[in-house]
Amino acid sequence: MAEKFDIQDREVWDGNYAASQALRQARVDVVAAYPITPSTPIVENYGAYVANGYVDGEFVMVESEHAAMSGCVGASAAGGRVATATSSQGFALMAEVLYQASGMRLPIVLTVVNRALASPLNVRGDHADMYMGRDSGWIQMDAFNSQEAYDLTLCAFKIGEDHAVRLPVMVHQDGFITSHTAQNVYPLQDDKAYDFIGDFKPVDDLLDFSRPVTYGAQTEEDWHFEHKAKQHKALMDSRPVIDAVFEEFEKLTGRKYNRVESYNMEDAEVVIVALGTTVETAIVAAQQLREEEGIKAGVVAIRCFRPFPFDQVREALKGAKSIAVLDRSSPGGAMGAFFNEVSAALYTTDTRPLVTNYIYGLGGRDFSIDEAKRIFKEQKAHADAGYITTDIQQFSGLRGPKLGYFQTQRG
Amino acid sequence: MAITSIKNLKEFSTNNDRFEGAHTLCPGCAHSMIVRELMNCTDDNLVISSNTGCLEVSTAVYPFTSWDTSWIHIGFENAATAVTGAEAMHKARKRKGTLKDNDAPVKFVAFGGDGSTYDIGFQWLSGAVERGHDFTYICLDNENYANTGGQRSSATPIGATTSTAQAGTHSYGKKEKKKDLVAIMAAHGAPYVAQLAPNKWKSMAKGFQKALETEGPCFINTVSPCTTEWRFDPKDTILLTDLATDTLMFPLYEIIDGHELNILYRPKNVLKVEDYLGAQGRYKHLFKPENRHVIEQIQKNINEYWDMLQRREEARI
Repeated sequence: MAEKFDIQDREVWDGNYAASQALRQARVDVVAAYPITPSTPIVENYGAYVANGYVDGEFVMVESEHAAMSGCVGASAAGGRVATATSSQGFALMAEVLYQASGMRLPIVLTVVNRALASPLNVRGDHADMYMGRDSGWIQMDAFNSQEAYDLTLCAFKIGEDHAVRLPVMVHQDGFITSHTAQNVYPLQDDKAYDFIGDFKPVDDLLDFSRPVTYGAQTEEDWHFEHKAKQHKALMDSRPVIDAVFEEFEKLTGRKYNRVESYNMEDAEVVIVALGTTVETAIVAAQQLREEEGIKAGVVAIRCFRPFPFDQVREALKGAKSIAVLDRSSPGGAMGAFFNEVSAALYTTDTRPLVTNYIYGLGGRDFSIDEAKRIFKEQKAHADAGYITTDIQQFSGLRGPKLGYFQTQRG
Repeated sequence: MAITSIKNLKEFSTNNDRFEGAHTLCPGCAHSMIVRELMNCTDDNLVISSNTGCLEVSTAVYPFTSWDTSWIHIGFENAATAVTGAEAMHKARKRKGTLKDNDAPVKFVAFGGDGSTYDIGFQWLSGAVERGHDFTYICLDNENYANTGGQRSSATPIGATTSTAQAGTHSYGKKEKKKDLVAIMAAHGAPYVAQLAPNKWKSMAKGFQKALETEGPCFINTVSPCTTEWRFDPKDTILLTDLATDTLMFPLYEIIDGHELNILYRPKNVLKVEDYLGAQGRYKHLFKPENRHVIEQIQKNINEYWDMLQRREEARI
């Protein structure tokens, strides 16, 4: 048994420490990991738990992120609880194995501290890696602060390991802004946290020799399509389980999570849709604008990026007149990936609000309350005019001449 | 490891059936012989991983499987890491008492072809061995990327023609020497490293048993003649392997703890390398007058390597 780790009911933790504590409390059987900025401290903290006997699982420090996920796949198939952490280039190096993990339906938990992808080399936060994972068949949840990084990691084990789901889960947090900023965090005591997650119950266990299993078989056009269709179904079917786990977590802690979070949306006419730490900035801006200028501003945040909450996005945004979708990733010659998804949800509504795309905060560039206010005001102008008065896509907070793309066409 | 003495090949080859015959490997492929020799030399529970390659695509095509034991494939490069992940999980679950049978002996084995072992998977293998996991890695060395149609690997010997190192009017085939992976793995500090061949099935079984019994990472290189890419009649697989070992093109030896080298087979009559080269299509062009020097070079390399092995055996270094 592991040594008892004393934690208070209120701690001052950064996002990395919060995530590592969730891993410890989940009594993970195998952590196979490789360090990378800014998620390195998760691995280091875990190393300290190992060195002092606070965990009794195996800690395998491998030679790369690709190997980290490869080890996690083998370990998870061998019937136990598995987790790892990464960021950015490490995430990219892992990418091949992410598909293998989800294709084999292995409930690995990956805490991703979001960071830009090179080139240019940059260690600061943006959402390039989060978007890169969006087709990999993983459940993706997004924490907007340290408390949520802790809470959602606990929930991730319970969701992924549910026998109705059996899928790997990523929990994202913003590089440095969340991962390295200490905040008050209200953790659960160890037993309470573990009881919430429950014991790991293996399915198709490589170490159960009474019933040998083959993992990772080959298929061609005869079966591949069917496998991928069922994998998609499993992701879609995870939605009620995610809701149920969030509900159970609320009963335990009083902290309520939704797959789509709405702030001041009852009467909002202009809206920012965002992810990560930007959400809190946008909420403050919306509140100030309501008080100062009477602008009916609201914020919609996506908690569960995969499976994408299509219906809930439509529902949350149904009263809005003009919407800004904020992409913290280079669009790479298209509209922002996040914009495309939100727009797709809105295109099938009767009201079809105006939607614009802001590219912001790449490589850790600050996103300020003033910037959020400016965006809200632009939305107000669209709403008043009844059409998009700017370019449909623009870069926000960029030095130098203003860059806008995909011009508005109005007759 | 219940099997302690092996009397004859018939008894050995039928003592269990954990690798089913209904696979789709080419007729004459040595891979299945090597896998069966591994399966038949132990009664322990086996967790096996395979790199992407001929063995994998021929033995686990959904909804079928040839493996009547725990088996996993994830990628071309990472079978070593996958199986060592399972090994770490075994340790953790044994400690916590969550295994179905906590006392049953379990052995962890990874299979890779020479492409996935010498080349793309080398980093993963190196890392797994450095970390000291208790597993055995077996390389099925057919000296080319057979699954993708016969491209060169760093295990392809000098003078062989492959689709990406072709013999032609300006080339005699591959120009670079075969990577000495056995020596590299011994230098990793692996407690048991060996080079084995399926024709010498008793020494192969013994080598496998030693590797499985040895705690820590073990590496075994096995010659596996490829009827398709080496271009010989499928009935001649063992003949080719005999020629490989008797010309010392593929010498059989083991290295214990990185320093104790034992030669496992000394041919009574060492054959000239022409006998081996001439028995397969991939070296046919070397017998043209302008390429004779390559054969001489190969023979020189073999002599030097054999000399080195004998000196190392004697010196215990």
